[in-house]
Amino acid sequence: MRDLTLAMRHRSDVLTTVFFFIIVVSLFPLGVGPEAQLLKEMAAGVVWVAALLASMLSLTRLFADDYHDGTLEQLLLVPQPLSLIVLGKVLAHWIISGLPLVLMSPLLGLQFGLEGDALLMLMLTLLIGTPVLSLLGAIGAALTLGLRGGGVLVSLLVLPLYIPVLIFGAGAVTANAMGMGAEGHLSLMGAILLLALVLAPWASAAALRISVE
Amino acid sequence: MENGLLEVRALACVRGDRQLFSDLSFSLQAGALLHVHGPNGSGKTTLLRAIAGLVLQERGEILWNGTSSGKEKDAFNRELLYLGHHYGLKLELTGYENLKVFANLSGAEISEHEVEAALRRFGLAHCVELPVKVLSQGQKRRVALARLLLQSSKLWILDEPFVALDAAAVELLLEVIKTHVANGGMVILTTHQAVAVEVGSVQHLHLGQ
Repeated sequence: MRDLTLAMRHRSDVLTTVFFFIIVVSLFPLGVGPEAQLLKEMAAGVVWVAALLASMLSLTRLFADDYHDGTLEQLLLVPQPLSLIVLGKVLAHWIISGLPLVLMSPLLGLQFGLEGDALLMLMLTLLIGTPVLSLLGAIGAALTLGLRGGGVLVSLLVLPLYIPVLIFGAGAVTANAMGMGAEGHLSLMGAILLLALVLAPWASAAALRISVE
Repeated sequence: MENGLLEVRALACVRGDRQLFSDLSFSLQAGALLHVHGPNGSGKTTLLRAIAGLVLQERGEILWNGTSSGKEKDAFNRELLYLGHHYGLKLELTGYENLKVFANLSGAEISEHEVEAALRRFGLAHCVELPVKVLSQGQKRRVALARLLLQSSKLWILDEPFVALDAAAVELLLEVIKTHVANGGMVILTTHQAVAVEVGSVQHLHLGQ
């Protein structure tokens, strides 16, 4: 879709998100020191918080560019449901900012001394969780469109909504590491994803209509 | 439905705390042009955006072929082409790609050849391959206007379409508008330029009096 072509022409933006993620995650082992056991326990939480912040970073751009050059107006006037278009944009956002994080996560997990099984679980939770981040973030981005200092406001609006994903995402990895099985966490995350998939585009579309006015 | 008819009934719009206009009624038939006049800040753009459905009106109704345009949004949007102050162009894409995106979104099947022909008609043959960001204001406007030739929308809403255009392009745009009206299309436009818009039946609407 169009957003992907655009992203390719703005390559530096994509890389910023990914590098931000890598650097934040890498800072922790350096700061905490080389205690293998401690690092292993922290790993999931650190990677997840970094993923939250990284996806936050690119959120404000989701609709802002379209808003400023008038494309958003045109998108509102297209004879197709706006929520579908929003879904398309969110998908593009996820491919640009979420998917690279998922792919990088095993590498970063290694820094924390995670092993094969835990790495896989970390990747899996991010795979389910990052689309939720993009979907929820879209609501915040749509609501704060055109406001001054919208970036800070988006964080305030959206970060609390991210909390459940964070708890279950990081929880799944920890539970798995302690041998308790992570099915419960994963199915809850799946449920959150489905719920967000249905409701978030619709809510964002409504918010966009208000913002453009 | 073939016979396009736009009807505005007792429309009132509020911007901030200010009442821009109220109790505004008019109707526009197929093959007619509505020229909206008024000083700056009299609500021309708001009126145009309200008709397009981008701004919610305070009171009143906008009917397209007898049904409310807000309720039958998809059907109305298929017949509508709105060009506002912003060009709605992606600066990183070429003119050709921009037009292609719009065509895809509106569900029209348009060949490469048609897009190039439209750009050539607006004198942009040499910048088909250039990203829009390196074009001048007038050229950007021309790219946006090329959409008029590509989409078979019935109702054109043009907010200040002559801005930044040179004399030749103004002539060309007038010609395009005339053809559209002659073919049973409808045009609503605003302009501050002294452009003689003379086609079939021109209606005038004066705001801010």
